[in-house]
Amino acid sequence: MATGALTSTEYIKHHLQNLTCGLQDGGFHCAHSAAEAKEMGFWAINVDTLGMSLVLGLFFLFLFRYVAKKATSGVPGGLQNFVEVMIEFIDNSVRGSFTGRNPLVAPLALTIFIWIFLMNLMDLVPIDFIPLAMQAMGLSHFKLVPTTDPNATIGLALGVFILVLFYSFKMKGVGGFIGELTLHPFCSFCLPVKFSLSPGNLLRILALIILIPVNFILEFVNLIAKPVSLALRLFGNMYAGEMIFILLALMGGAWAGASIANVTLFGSQVLLSLAWGIFHILIITLQAFIFMTLTIVYLDMAHQEHH
Amino acid sequence: MNINATLIGQAIMFAIFVWFCMKIIWPPVIRALEARKQRIADGLAAAERGKLDLELAAKRSAEVLREAKEKAAEIIAQGEKLKTETLDQAKVTARDEAERIMIAARAEVGQEVSRARETLRQQVADLAVAGAAKILQREVDAKAHAELLSTLKQEL
Repeated sequence: MATGALTSTEYIKHHLQNLTCGLQDGGFHCAHSAAEAKEMGFWAINVDTLGMSLVLGLFFLFLFRYVAKKATSGVPGGLQNFVEVMIEFIDNSVRGSFTGRNPLVAPLALTIFIWIFLMNLMDLVPIDFIPLAMQAMGLSHFKLVPTTDPNATIGLALGVFILVLFYSFKMKGVGGFIGELTLHPFCSFCLPVKFSLSPGNLLRILALIILIPVNFILEFVNLIAKPVSLALRLFGNMYAGEMIFILLALMGGAWAGASIANVTLFGSQVLLSLAWGIFHILIITLQAFIFMTLTIVYLDMAHQEHH
Repeated sequence: MNINATLIGQAIMFAIFVWFCMKIIWPPVIRALEARKQRIADGLAAAERGKLDLELAAKRSAEVLREAKEKAAEIIAQGEKLKTETLDQAKVTARDEAERIMIAARAEVGQEVSRARETLRQQVADLAVAGAAKILQREVDAKAHAELLSTLKQEL
């Protein structure tokens, strides 16, 4: 619920503002408003996003490492059982959609799934708890959910994209990769081109000259769409979910004395937040799963040699 | 909601997490899973083998039992035969022995009779001599009449 001094707009804006810190005027300090944050430009960091990501990632690593160290082939305990279920689930997903052999893909998928799930899970923490606690500690803004910050999702998608490019070059070679970008989807008939002036050959060369740019535009968009869609899908879903929680919180935030209208609004907030929260459990899991599956699929495509 | 260096930090963090996951989390858990799979497979195979062994053992035990029964029956039959044989032999032996004893007894009896007869003869001879002496009122010289007496003895 909003503090009395804030208008609804201010409340929403406050919730959507990251704790952006950077070097400015010769010192490291954090922005107190959206405008200030914007002024810092590219070389600033969202401390809350990075901090929460780090904490949740370490939580994941330590939890799984703790289990991995004690893993026995005997009867597993509760925690080991959970970890095994997760790992077998990921392993099956990877076996199902990844046809190549690469020891990186399965751990990558596991990290993506668990880490994104944990980051998304923060969306279920009542939206005012942590920001108010942080305010009490002197931090003006704090966004608890890293995946509602496009920087986090773009960062993840960038990591995946770099891997896709790396394996594309590694598996297909520079020529193969360029060929895939320029000779698809049209013009598979253009090759082979010979050094002769026969009419058929000239026609093929002409077709190549016309179709290579067309192919390149299509394939380049196709390539770029992978990280963009990864990043924006996750961000969009989480951002929208967060926004709905904020809007629901405004209903109770309009509290101005015990009137029937206020009580009704407050009751609606409680009920709707509960309903949305339950639905959101599905969404956060689904988004983590989609990100993971698409990563596997993109890497699989990077590993496949077409022609 | 500005795009800033956070995304670089996030990507680096991502890479480090993935690397850690690949190095220290994934392999031990997968190893444990594989080991368990192996153990279960081994256990199932062992159970299968045990079942087979049990079946074989049951078959063998039935065989052994059957053999033992046969042998026992054989032994009993043999015993039976031996018993009759022994019995028959014993009967024969007993009969022979009895005959032998009887013969010996008969011989002894014969001897006894002849000895008695001898004694009797002697006594009769003595009586005859005594009687004759009495009759003759004089002492008959036994030695002088020995020949006569022995003839008499022979006649008795």
